[in-house]
Amino acid sequence: MTVAVARHRRGLWGVANPATIVACVGVSLLLLVAILADWIAPYDPLASNVRIALQPPGAQHWMGTDQLGRDMLSRLIVATRLDLSIAVSAVALSFAFGAVIGGTSGYLGGAADRWIGRTVDVMMAFPLFVLAMALVAALGNSVANVIYATAIINLPFYIRFARAEVNMRRHFGWVEAARASGNSHARVVLFFLLPNVLPGMAVQISLNLGWAILNAAGLSFIGLGARPPTPEWGIMVAEAARFIATGKWWLIVFPGLMLTLSVLCFNLLGDAARDALDPRRRR
Amino acid sequence: MSRVVRLIGRRLLSSLPAIFGVVALTFLLMRVLPGDPAVFFASGPNTGQAEIEIVRERMGLNRPMGEQFVLYLRDLGKGDLGNSLTSGQPVAKDLAARLPASLELTIAALVLALSIALPLGFVAAMRPDSLVDQIVRVFCTLGVAVPTFVSGLLLIFLFYYLLGWAPPPVGRIDAFASAPPSWSGFLLVDSLLAGDMETFGAALRQLVLPMTTMALFVMAPLARMARAATLAVTTSDFVRTAEALGLSRPRIMVSYIFRNAMLPILTTVGIVFSTMLGANVLVEKVFAWPGIASYALDALLSSDYAPVQGFVLLIASIFVILNLVIDLLYSLADPRVSVE
Repeated sequence: MTVAVARHRRGLWGVANPATIVACVGVSLLLLVAILADWIAPYDPLASNVRIALQPPGAQHWMGTDQLGRDMLSRLIVATRLDLSIAVSAVALSFAFGAVIGGTSGYLGGAADRWIGRTVDVMMAFPLFVLAMALVAALGNSVANVIYATAIINLPFYIRFARAEVNMRRHFGWVEAARASGNSHARVVLFFLLPNVLPGMAVQISLNLGWAILNAAGLSFIGLGARPPTPEWGIMVAEAARFIATGKWWLIVFPGLMLTLSVLCFNLLGDAARDALDPRRRR
Repeated sequence: MSRVVRLIGRRLLSSLPAIFGVVALTFLLMRVLPGDPAVFFASGPNTGQAEIEIVRERMGLNRPMGEQFVLYLRDLGKGDLGNSLTSGQPVAKDLAARLPASLELTIAALVLALSIALPLGFVAAMRPDSLVDQIVRVFCTLGVAVPTFVSGLLLIFLFYYLLGWAPPPVGRIDAFASAPPSWSGFLLVDSLLAGDMETFGAALRQLVLPMTTMALFVMAPLARMARAATLAVTTSDFVRTAEALGLSRPRIMVSYIFRNAMLPILTTVGIVFSTMLGANVLVEKVFAWPGIASYALDALLSSDYAPVQGFVLLIASIFVILNLVIDLLYSLADPRVSVE
């Protein structure tokens, strides 16, 4: 009975939830800010001016200035582009590779499939942040490598999903029909099986974007990835860490807020997408 | 009894490939990929090619890759994790000295998170869509979105700078307190054993903020799982039957709902602990906590291989032991599991 009530409250399409609307608006705003960053930033994010260093939020600088007198608001706006591009490229990479690896593995079956499955299980269970850390350190300390590392730790989720879904469908009549009419194995996987699996995987994208943002910011917080003067949320928090004990709250609160809000929006959107696609899994 | 022993043995055996995989992976990551530590460590004002070669020779980096790996495995078998080039100490010794700090933090945080998240989840599930349930839901959604390093710094701002309740957020014990005689390495346990309440208090005050930071991070998934698990059980047939038979409410809650809801929660605890081992890196950095993660991080940033390999290996071993414990608890909670 309670379940029925809960469903009714969510509205007919499972999308009319106010939180979902807020999330949609939030994500659109984030994307807009990322695209228009250079035009809407009121100051040069790199221009330092020591005379106005560490000013609290005021009329001139809405979010205050940092230890070098750079405008916090401008830095946050420009950082949005970098943070979102890292997350989007990482998730795009893991989506593409995860689909192909998982799809092939699930289609072929056999020993290779078992090994891939086992590797993925071990990987998923391992502390992934530690793995990402080791990957970036080994590959070299750069933004590109943060993207690769984030993509690799996202891979298992997509591989597992694609593998299970393709494996379930590989003996269906239409797959055999595709084979019988002369399509190669690669073609069957890429053009017949994967398109059927993609919608389910796509639901994961939004949730993984939030996770990727957190991971990338965490990596740059510990000094891996983008390097200081570059405006990036994780770096901004890391640079501000030594000023927190003297109460310069705006250095932490605003980048922290940007991180939290963007992750929150992507997560809410992901939940809504999952509910819309699979009503049975609604909480 | 023998069944439990056999279960442990089989589980340990089956985790060997995973551990070997981790060893091989860390070895490959650290050696094959770019970044030459010999150059890094030989770099001084007047280093030439000759000095670099000497360092390379000393570190065994000039041998073929396969041979290096076999040597590494042999050393591992002897419990030798190599030497840290930055501290000059054997890595095994460094890790052993720092492990209690990390474990104390992680375990304390897990206990705190469980003691808050589980009741919250249960209460929310008992009254679905009530005000409590809504609050728990909002809290869970927010909890996973705040990065640990941000919440840690905000806690420092609030409790150290504004309110002045917390001690300076640096390390495990402040400079004026005397460390208790080391027995377990856990400051809280050691000071209690020594009957030194003053040190116990000092260590506890130091621990509260980092512990809360880490707990905040994992409370959301725990509460969410507790809620979902309890909700699944409360709507099940056997609970309805128990209610129809007129069993008392507490009896139903404890022996029917609670026990059955524990199973999925146990699995989540395992996953959460693994996440916490990773989150240690961030929390230890924010609070200058002298644990294994901050040790590995320092080594990582100066391309010092051995401590990082040792760290990853240690995490993997903790991880295997943890999964073993969870499997055993699982078979205690659900007798059907141990039979098969």
